[in-house]
Amino acid sequence: MERAGIPTALLCNLVSIAARVGAPRIVPTRGIPYPTGDPALEPEAERQWRRRLLERALVALSTRVAEPTVFDELPQPAEARA
Amino acid sequence: MTRVVHYVNQFFAGIGGEEAAGQAPDVREGASGPGLALGALLPNELQIVATIFCGDDHAAETPEAAERLVALARSAGAELVVAGPAFTSGRYGLACARVAAAAARAGIPALAAMHPDNPGVADAGAAAVVRSGETARQMRPSLELLAAAIAKLAGGGELSTEDGRVGRPPRRNRFDERSAAERAVAMVLARLAGDREVTEVPVPSFEWVTPAPPLEDPAHARIALLTEGALVPAGNPDRLASARATHWFRYAIDGIDALESGRYESVHGGFSTVAANEDPNRLLPLDAARELEREGAIGALHRDYLTTVGNGTQVAMARSFGEDWAGELRDAGVQAAILTAT
Repeated sequence: MERAGIPTALLCNLVSIAARVGAPRIVPTRGIPYPTGDPALEPEAERQWRRRLLERALVALSTRVAEPTVFDELPQPAEARA
Repeated sequence: MTRVVHYVNQFFAGIGGEEAAGQAPDVREGASGPGLALGALLPNELQIVATIFCGDDHAAETPEAAERLVALARSAGAELVVAGPAFTSGRYGLACARVAAAAARAGIPALAAMHPDNPGVADAGAAAVVRSGETARQMRPSLELLAAAIAKLAGGGELSTEDGRVGRPPRRNRFDERSAAERAVAMVLARLAGDREVTEVPVPSFEWVTPAPPLEDPAHARIALLTEGALVPAGNPDRLASARATHWFRYAIDGIDALESGRYESVHGGFSTVAANEDPNRLLPLDAARELEREGAIGALHRDYLTTVGNGTQVAMARSFGEDWAGELRDAGVQAAILTAT
């Protein structure tokens, strides 16, 4: 996709593998079976987290990169846990 | 006698399937699962004295898990650590490679077994990886090759491609009777004679991807949602396979605000789909993407989402899906994509 000129944010947990295969825009997630979720959070906190994750994906899509680049989670205030 | 400790995942340890993928590192005496057949193939002086095991999710998500497992192996008196075979299972392969690497770092001879396409191959550090078949149907020949490799390693030998070794071999300095110039000429002659493989320094075969230029402004862009998490409408109308994909599908999301539980499901065969099926937005973030679209942070979402299954899928197949997807999205005026991977 990237090679064809379409910037693609890859949301995944296995960041080292994503970087090794050359994915240019990597957004780390919290668990393998739920890339855009976190079942340990209260439903509302989970939705908020997912939204922030997508905001990070939009930053990744709008950032010029030269090689596999990881767009890490910024520290956040404590989250309500289920 | 050499004390061998064997690493297997939760499935081969008999703990359970995907529901037990969160299992923490643990140890038990003697051989378990494939270790029983492996032990029978080993020479008498090599004995599997303990099995260390861990859930695939826990092992792949927890970088410290490998160190913990090696500590358990040590407590069982390990003189050699063997992991797998992991076949093409990505999480299991990664775990096997990390356990072997951690054991080697701790000074214990170690090796792992997996298919050459397994992404774990590159994570084995100083430990050797020998090839296995693609699936557990090739357990027997895979164990035979592994047993021979263990015996050689235990005897102080170094494993080579003839022993089934895959991945990057370690570099060792040695004196060669021929000078570099002579060897270079010989290599050129071999090349001219049609040998495309001859080399003294194999380079790692990673792909270089030239990144696409960034979006100028997502607020004016059409963005597509994609997944390899096998998310399909309930009932899997097009029969997407749960592993080794040969197809991908598109499903309309026009006019849908969020993915409702019960109307979508994941048919992925490589992880527990319980959390994703409870809330499919955990696999494809439609609810949050719609919110950002409504607020103007995303120009528009593409009318369809594209889906396939990334589970033992051949790299060549995945590459051709990527080319298909890029063509489809370009034709539809999509400028960027958000791709979720499990």
